[in-house]
Amino acid sequence: MPQHFVAPPDWGWYIVGYFFFGGIAGGAYALGTMLRLWGEPRDASAARLAFLISFVVLLICPILLTLDLGRPFRFWHMLIDARTGSLAFKYWSPMSVGAWALMAFGVFAAGSFAEARWPQSAVGRVLGGPLGRPFMILGSAFGLFIAGYTGVLLSVSNQPVWSDTWALGGLFLASALSSAAAAIAFVALRRGGDAQVSTPKLFAADRYFIILEVVLLVVFFLTLGAAASKVLGAWLLLWLIVLAGTVLPLVLHLRPALAQGRSPLLVPGLVLIGNIALRVVVIFGAQA
Amino acid sequence: MAKAVGFFTDVTVCIGCKACEVACKEWNQLPGNAPAFLDSFDNTGQLDGQNWRHVKFIEQTRPTAPGGVAWTMMSDVCKHCTHASCMEVCPTNAIIRTEFDTVYIQPDVCNGCRDCIAACPYHVIGFDADRGLAQKCTFCYDRLQNSLMPACATACPTQSIRFGDLDDMRQLAAARVEQLHAQGRSEARVYGDKEYGGLHTLFLLTDKPEVYQLPNAENAVVPRRNNRAGYLGSLATALLGIVGALVAFRGQRAAEVKEG
Repeated sequence: MPQHFVAPPDWGWYIVGYFFFGGIAGGAYALGTMLRLWGEPRDASAARLAFLISFVVLLICPILLTLDLGRPFRFWHMLIDARTGSLAFKYWSPMSVGAWALMAFGVFAAGSFAEARWPQSAVGRVLGGPLGRPFMILGSAFGLFIAGYTGVLLSVSNQPVWSDTWALGGLFLASALSSAAAAIAFVALRRGGDAQVSTPKLFAADRYFIILEVVLLVVFFLTLGAAASKVLGAWLLLWLIVLAGTVLPLVLHLRPALAQGRSPLLVPGLVLIGNIALRVVVIFGAQA
Repeated sequence: MAKAVGFFTDVTVCIGCKACEVACKEWNQLPGNAPAFLDSFDNTGQLDGQNWRHVKFIEQTRPTAPGGVAWTMMSDVCKHCTHASCMEVCPTNAIIRTEFDTVYIQPDVCNGCRDCIAACPYHVIGFDADRGLAQKCTFCYDRLQNSLMPACATACPTQSIRFGDLDDMRQLAAARVEQLHAQGRSEARVYGDKEYGGLHTLFLLTDKPEVYQLPNAENAVVPRRNNRAGYLGSLATALLGIVGALVAFRGQRAAEVKEG
């Protein structure tokens, strides 16, 4: 079992919130792009909704990150070296790369939001044209990075659990995709309208995302070995919620008859709660 | 660049007087934490934002010792690693290497993200909630710049904490181990000559590093070791997720066409 004689960084609810909302923002953008590229004309509403959700949720992220800092007004030190005035960028520090990626993703999310919200605006016309496709693909790359790098950031430390596995990046990304599909479906079903017609596609995709997530959960525990004891024990209840947010939705996806008579919001609701629980148990459990 | 400096801490002559802790707080104007009664004579507890020196009181069950319990004291401090984990992850470049080859947190640059705390393998860096900064031993950077010895080494009455050029400290440590081995104390060893590319705080230990809550050579690893595998895992997941979505969208479309 690896030795750890470290102090916890006391990352708490702001970071849980950032990891969760950042995941949804990145995942929703990628799903919006995929619905546009591989969907049918009737999926246009769901794609538009995905871009709207992505940007709105993304707006919360820098606020949470800034509030978590000991010196919030120095948030810009993440990007600019305060002593030299040069750019502060370290490709080997996920926090540094993440700060830049978040800013870059913000540009893409804002552009696609504007295009989805005001298609007749100048931005809407430009991104509605041939430039739109490469713009969305590049934005999706940044979105998927934002959804997954948070797990790598935890691993690139010397903390117990976090640094004992390489699976956290993939696990957070898979759960972010699942959360994003659930969030788009949830809003579409709540609001009604044209976007609802795409929910079967989103649920179908979510099946694969949940399978990926479950496989990565197994890999996570296998790579942890004995170190897993730190996030088990007192955290079992949260793990049960994680299971209820992964296995149960998967069963309901595969056996829709079991969900008959229940609210269509049940499955996306379970997925979202499960994915918050996953981040809570990984962040708080390792630091306890 | 000035010569690289170092500490050599000999646990065999530490008496646990905590003069180093007091001198450190006095010089660096650290108010300290609120008093707490811990389950030990060690009422400092740990290194943190207020305690940049900490005399560890390590209790070991030893049948040959009076009362069956042996005390080992070790004045712990930042190791000023050559391959410093804190410096590696710091996104703001607040953590720098000084002209004395020591590791220093610039208080006007740090924004309190605490990534360095997550990375430090020695439980050295703490968060100063009053100032909103990560804090740790500066190696008395201001004193070094004025050709003064760090406050802790100046105050140590038993010369458990020695200060000087790093090369001299290495030689001193090697000589002391040789001396103890000649006296039959074969368990004596130097810690810090290899770990993290060589520490600027060398310790003479009389037991395994783990006993002093120091990671052994096998576990003394830098955080960036996990970058490649972490990103590759994410990339593979992203690709599988994209393929999954594509298969799902196509499959759903085909199913809907089939259903009419």
